[in-house]
Amino acid sequence: MEFKLFELGLIEFEQAWRFQKAVFAQVKEGSLASALILCQHYPVITLGRLSDKRNILASQDELKAKGVGIFQIERGGDVTYHGPGQLIAYPVFNLQLFKKDIHLFLRRLEEVAIDLLSDFGVTGLREPGLTGVWVHKSKIASIGIAIKNWINFHGLSINIKKDDLSGFRMVKPCGMDIEMTSLEVETGRDIGIETIKENLITKFKGI
Amino acid sequence: MTKVVLPELGAGIEKATISYWFFNPGEKVNEKDDLVELVTDKATFNLPSPATGILTEILIPVGEPAHVGETLAIIEE
Repeated sequence: MEFKLFELGLIEFEQAWRFQKAVFAQVKEGSLASALILCQHYPVITLGRLSDKRNILASQDELKAKGVGIFQIERGGDVTYHGPGQLIAYPVFNLQLFKKDIHLFLRRLEEVAIDLLSDFGVTGLREPGLTGVWVHKSKIASIGIAIKNWINFHGLSINIKKDDLSGFRMVKPCGMDIEMTSLEVETGRDIGIETIKENLITKFKGI
Repeated sequence: MTKVVLPELGAGIEKATISYWFFNPGEKVNEKDDLVELVTDKATFNLPSPATGILTEILIPVGEPAHVGETLAIIEE
């Protein structure tokens, strides 16, 4: 799919969320066909619709001391953590130009992550009945989207750096007991976020 | 009277869970207003109101599943 690319760098979740909604409005009114937003977030916890606050394991005091905000947002899925070292992609895609099929789009997002991992020699797998991408039963990519008027927003988060995983201990990701892994952990080498971005953009063009 | 029906959402999707009603029964809604939000798998999606009128009845509350083709609410023009 063709899209306009926005690279926001390391940005507070709330600021990127606002930006995403502004881009969504442009796609809705038709001044933009589709867009892909790439960024990293400072540590933050987000809760999807119908999520259970008990899945936030860290105390209010701990979160306050670490400056970690909590946002209740409109995507599907339960609680998750984002922090530097995760590459976040928000495809603000008009699904009327793709196919009006919610699950197909979720599978395509998984495919983007699986193909990206494969570029680095890592085999990513789907878990039956769950959304996301796993390597040896540890989760490496998380997905949570919102579709309004058949335009998607929110998206995909891929763990790249090895030192960003401790933040996940503050939550019970997706409300489940999940081990997290990252591309650096799986490959045993340093991978720059900048290096991987180009690969990711190519995969999204293939959707 | 217009029935708000859960449409086809793609292959293999038979049901979705109501996650948010944007209006309360008795309130006026306009055609194309966001009326209800549902969630399936890791995706939420909205259903715009099919008609302008009064939302007289919500048949499926938040947290409950709805099947494709099922009536979710009633709007009286």
